[in-house]
Amino acid sequence: MAELTHGDDHDHAGYGHAAHGHGAHDHKPGFVQRWLFSTNHKDIGTLYLGFAVIGGTVGGILSEIIRAQLQFPNNHVVTSGQEWNTIITSHGLLMIFFSVMPALIGGFGNWFIPLMIGAPDMAFPRLNNISFWLLPPAFVLICIGLFMGESGSGWTLYPPLSNATFEPGMGMDCTLFALHLAGASSILGAMNFITTIFNMRAPGMTMHKMPLFVWSELVTAFLLVLSIPVLAGAITMLICDRNFGTAFFDPAGGGDPVLFQHLFWFFGHPEVYIMILPGFGIISHVISTFSKKPIFGYLGMVYAMVAIGVVGFVVWAHHMYISGIDVDTRAYFMGATLVIAIPTGVKIFSWIATMWGGSIRFDTPMLWAIGFLFVFTIGGVTGVVCANAGIDEMIHNTYYVVAHFHYVLSVSAVFSIFCGFYYWIGKMSGRQYPEFWGRVHFWMTFVGVNLTFFPQHFLGLAGMPRRYPDYPDAFAGWNYVSSIGAYISGAAFLVFLYVCFRTFTSKEHVADNYWGEGATTLEWTQTSPPAFHSWLELPRIK
Amino acid sequence: MDTRRANRIIAGIFTAVAIGMVGMSFAAIPLYRVFCQATGYGGTPKIGAAAAPGGNGRTIRVRFNADTYPGLPWTFAPDQVEIAVPLGEDHLASYTAHNKARSAVTGVALYNITPEKAAKYFHKTACFCFNKQTLEPGQTMDFPLSFWVDPAIGTDPDTSDVQTVTLSYTFFRTLEDAEKAGTLAKAGPHVGPPTKQN
Repeated sequence: MAELTHGDDHDHAGYGHAAHGHGAHDHKPGFVQRWLFSTNHKDIGTLYLGFAVIGGTVGGILSEIIRAQLQFPNNHVVTSGQEWNTIITSHGLLMIFFSVMPALIGGFGNWFIPLMIGAPDMAFPRLNNISFWLLPPAFVLICIGLFMGESGSGWTLYPPLSNATFEPGMGMDCTLFALHLAGASSILGAMNFITTIFNMRAPGMTMHKMPLFVWSELVTAFLLVLSIPVLAGAITMLICDRNFGTAFFDPAGGGDPVLFQHLFWFFGHPEVYIMILPGFGIISHVISTFSKKPIFGYLGMVYAMVAIGVVGFVVWAHHMYISGIDVDTRAYFMGATLVIAIPTGVKIFSWIATMWGGSIRFDTPMLWAIGFLFVFTIGGVTGVVCANAGIDEMIHNTYYVVAHFHYVLSVSAVFSIFCGFYYWIGKMSGRQYPEFWGRVHFWMTFVGVNLTFFPQHFLGLAGMPRRYPDYPDAFAGWNYVSSIGAYISGAAFLVFLYVCFRTFTSKEHVADNYWGEGATTLEWTQTSPPAFHSWLELPRIK
Repeated sequence: MDTRRANRIIAGIFTAVAIGMVGMSFAAIPLYRVFCQATGYGGTPKIGAAAAPGGNGRTIRVRFNADTYPGLPWTFAPDQVEIAVPLGEDHLASYTAHNKARSAVTGVALYNITPEKAAKYFHKTACFCFNKQTLEPGQTMDFPLSFWVDPAIGTDPDTSDVQTVTLSYTFFRTLEDAEKAGTLAKAGPHVGPPTKQN
């Protein structure tokens, strides 16, 4: 949508033409200086993306263990209930805080916000470095909780299960402290994003000319700043209850365990939009690019995201329909939740309308984008089902809910990550990914995840509760199918690693704008990969 | 204004917002309590010495429930299961507690009203649950309470269908007492290897 009049830095010989043979002028710092003390938004983005792959690999291994245990009834892959609880807890936390968020926010956000708004870097480059380096210690702490087998509370950390009575070990404290660190990282990153987007847009780039990906990151950053501190407050109270004799959540001392649920979900519900909104941004760009059309209803798309962000803060108790809240409260939260389907529907239909009549190319990123529409719509529809308080009393904490949130988070968010990966990897690395293996990766993942999660709807409706390591024989069939799907998805991840290997060892270099006329945002006016310091002269937007 | 300064202002604002949200999460505790006391939300009855307004000849049934936390070595039960209470008139009821332990034990009772929507019309004027209670070894004690139900419960369209109100108490051992006695809750080996069945 932004059109350039002049001033992109192609003409400034001396910077950033490494790929074109002028590398000697693009002076990058030495290894330690460059990667450990990095203040460059692209390098930090790369660090985040690499970190997300590591977090996703560990979380993915845990999910394969989960499905292996559930493949047959009375299975003994996991040796004890506590071990099982620890695995599912770590799986959830790793995937959310150490895979999806680093990839979508820290990774693509850092890489492309400055490039897309024509800023030389983030507003606070050193703060950006801290944001990243808080994550590895947090990751280590989560792994301590996992390997000590002492953090079996589920990712929702509800007391009394997470209090000193039922999880007395230090591993639980490590997990809680890990969330403090990851939360601090997210808050600092979010403030950096907001400042950058508000203050450092190139001349002429008004808010309403900003690319949708930047808008999605802006809304996400607002959600982070407003919600993560509440999680920090809640887990601080929990840590005090566990270690310092307070009774925030202990009725014997005048506390209330339901208070934790309110605080947790005041964070937790915006959190689910934090995980999907940047994906919305990526999908908008990809669908527009591969349909060779501007996005349909740009302003509608922007304000749909804003609306999702705002309403997302007033629906939290739909996670607590059976926590003893009264019927009027449930009616309110049900209505408010159903309202979110409207802006979400605006987005889905605008994507479809963008494709309508477009000159569509089915390259790998577009496959992921259309796959995203498919799985996100399924997840959205089951979300409307779950939102109904009356129905939810039946399906609360069953596999139906597991299927629902894996369709929207695990599957949709991950599809958008891979979509962004194939769309931008040429831009980020300067190299061509193998198209054939990209397609293999997509189709294997698509078949795998649907085989994994669709049968879980049936299991949930039949009454299979979540968070148990075993089930009656009646649930055996679909669990077997689900596990086979998980193995296919796991194999697809190996294909992804092969794609990475092939891409980074490829000798084929890509052009500046390798997607052609459909790709109109500012990053495509830069070289592939962009110079170490880009936008030394600010672009002007008409 | 240069960018550096503008950046710092925005960062300052959002730092304040983040800190404010942490503060709000802690403020939620007293705010929620005040909100519940003001609205009767979550089954919180009205507390205080407000005098009963006098009856209108109608009655409502009040049921009494008692629960005892496993860590508290007491038996605790209502002396009456259900009584018919004239609306708007002060009424007395009582519970009996017995300390089975060989030492003095201090407990505290939490309470609520169901249906929750009726709580704002339920007034407790005096109750054993307002204070901690200590029972000597083997002691049995009567715990009286005094309450009245606002006649407005019958005219409010939200609550006019309510025929029965249940008053529920759960007695906990106070944390200080449990700590002194060394009986703070311990879960013990609550998880173990799954039983092998072949």
